[in-house]
Amino acid sequence: MNFQLSEDQVALRDGLQAIVEGRFSLDAVREREDASSVVDKAGWQALADAGVFCLFVPESLGGLGLSITDGVVAVEVLGHALVPGPIIGTMLAAGTIAGAAEGTTLVGIAATSDRGAVPGVLELPSDCDGYLVLPSARDGAAPATYLARSAISATLATRSLDPLHPVGRLNGPLVSGTLELSGTADALRRRALLLTAAFEVGLAAFALELSVAYAKDRYQFGRPIGSFQAIKHLLADELARLEMARAQLHYAAVVTDAPDIAAIDGEVYGLSSTQLEWRAVAGAKLLCDQAALSATKTAVQVHGGMGYTWEVPVHLALKRARVHATMLATSDQMADIVASLTH
Amino acid sequence: MDLRATPAEEAFRADLRAWLAATLPTLPEKALHTDWQARRAYDTNWQGLLHAAGYAGIDWPVEAGGRGASPVEQLIFKEECERAGAPYVGLGFVGLLHAGPTINAEGTLAQRTTYLPKILSGEHVWCQGFSEPGSGSDLASMRTRAVLDGDHYVVSGSKIWTSHAEVADYCELLVRTGTEASRHKGITWLIMDMKSPGIDVRPLKTISGSTEFAELFMDEVRIPVENRVGEENDGWRVTMVTLSFERGTGFVGELLESMRLLRELTELAKRTGAYGDPGIRRRIGHLAATFDGLWALTKRTVSEAQATGIPGIGGTVFKLSYSEAGQKMADLAMELLGDAGLLFDDVTHATDGQSLGNADHVENWIKSFNLTIAAGTSQIQRNIVSERILGLPKEPTVGAKK
Repeated sequence: MNFQLSEDQVALRDGLQAIVEGRFSLDAVREREDASSVVDKAGWQALADAGVFCLFVPESLGGLGLSITDGVVAVEVLGHALVPGPIIGTMLAAGTIAGAAEGTTLVGIAATSDRGAVPGVLELPSDCDGYLVLPSARDGAAPATYLARSAISATLATRSLDPLHPVGRLNGPLVSGTLELSGTADALRRRALLLTAAFEVGLAAFALELSVAYAKDRYQFGRPIGSFQAIKHLLADELARLEMARAQLHYAAVVTDAPDIAAIDGEVYGLSSTQLEWRAVAGAKLLCDQAALSATKTAVQVHGGMGYTWEVPVHLALKRARVHATMLATSDQMADIVASLTH
Repeated sequence: MDLRATPAEEAFRADLRAWLAATLPTLPEKALHTDWQARRAYDTNWQGLLHAAGYAGIDWPVEAGGRGASPVEQLIFKEECERAGAPYVGLGFVGLLHAGPTINAEGTLAQRTTYLPKILSGEHVWCQGFSEPGSGSDLASMRTRAVLDGDHYVVSGSKIWTSHAEVADYCELLVRTGTEASRHKGITWLIMDMKSPGIDVRPLKTISGSTEFAELFMDEVRIPVENRVGEENDGWRVTMVTLSFERGTGFVGELLESMRLLRELTELAKRTGAYGDPGIRRRIGHLAATFDGLWALTKRTVSEAQATGIPGIGGTVFKLSYSEAGQKMADLAMELLGDAGLLFDDVTHATDGQSLGNADHVENWIKSFNLTIAAGTSQIQRNIVSERILGLPKEPTVGAKK
């Protein structure tokens, strides 16, 4: 049993880290704030050139042929840098939708809302060329489809919660596209949830690092505020949440890649391999939602008045965490899935 | 990252599983919790069986008489034992997890050959004399005094939270040999024979009503100098060697037991109808996800220990999260039980006529308060995590001014 990142995964993480530091510095990312289009074309191309979007595409088709676990490692890096754009949809569309792997077609994810009374929103309506349309989770057998942006009627919001992840209002119910994607919608949904959770882990780590640095630098009452237990205990709790979430995320990615492990582990709980995979993925998403929401909220609190200013970047992590804890599925839905698989 | 077991790990698991299946049915009836002598007999019998089968001291080095199992094998051992319903380490805890490893790491050859074999075989039971009424989280402020008199230390003072002192043969004892202000630098680690004159053991009744712990009063107890482990005044460092054994796989049994309990609670919720409440279901979902996350964290920690020899930060943050989840689960049980949570007498379900198992859940609820206190309070854990891992500045220390 080996739960360590492999040498290749460490190289993938560090290589991507170097590209992100060059292309997506905090200053560079923040230049896109409140733009209707948040994707920086040159930066996006750099990610494509690094193989981020063709990561899951088989080598025989010109991709990197890497695993979901590798993808999770990569997306954590992007989340940590708040990289804007439809990263996850494009990664999952590559190999099926022309241009996605090359960075020329930007693909978002559109999930049919399970809450009928509230009309859905569409992520990044000015950036995306098309969307992977996931049917409602209740509609188990329906396939996932692809829909061009032009086929969806949505209006860019005047103002979005997250200035780096603008959304549009859908002007009608989301309809399925005509292009059916191979594989089940169920499997696609799990992968999308996992990669979203990975982005959240990156956000949580970023927020915690900002908080720790601030708590060491900021003096009040003649002491760094990080020497007060009132502050340091908050941060210790965030680290505990983050490490538990990250461990479950990696576990869920591993069982997604290896159905044989899912089958062995599922046996212990009386679950099929697919059920075990769902329990692991939903649990991971739930824990990563909590880690990201909590670490970013704590970051605002630890920064005090400064945390309430636009200038200090913690609000950007907070808002993105809110976006990712909301759009594909809510924490409550994840908790329901885990509970239904606990018996 | 590959969570598949190696062929050697598979074989270890298969052998162990077969041995457990053959051995567990031969165990005698479990001892009454209040009958110390019977508990000692039960636990030492189990330890003897483990010893005969080569599973005693699973984590101890081979040179010390242990199995020398890898961290992953240790995890498999604990997992299989829990899933098979094997007895816990019980009264052997201090000897096998604290005193023994310390003597092995820091003791003389004579000490190792005298004490280690009988810990492994289960013949000797040890207890721990660390905490004092005035020295809990601030252990280094301890005041139990040892004065050298020829070739003996003469020890006077008191210890608290000494588990199963009533039936212990030996005590791993921390005493002050330096000045009162010497703190960490004036502590010595001694082996105290519990039959020595001058020792008074008084049961300590906890909020659960049990006397799981005792207070230990020492009035001029004479301990031979040859029973000192490590140098005089070097006991703090020797102790830290001991405490480090408590992190890593230390809570595997408890975690797996919690996961089993949660499944039982889910069944209970279905029987009482509470499962129809989405709020209850979501609490179950949150707890299940948390325990799954802690199990993944445990695997990662063990894997790090296997690869690098050092368990990573997972072991340090584990207890913080686990203890809070355990308390949340205990609270959920009490809410599911409703009125039946107010008594230990067995309550049966009105419709299915079966026991609600309320006594165990009530007992578990009371004991759950121990989770955030024992083995380092959650507040101390948060200090450790924030100072040693996050690198935040230390709380200014006032020192031992009293």
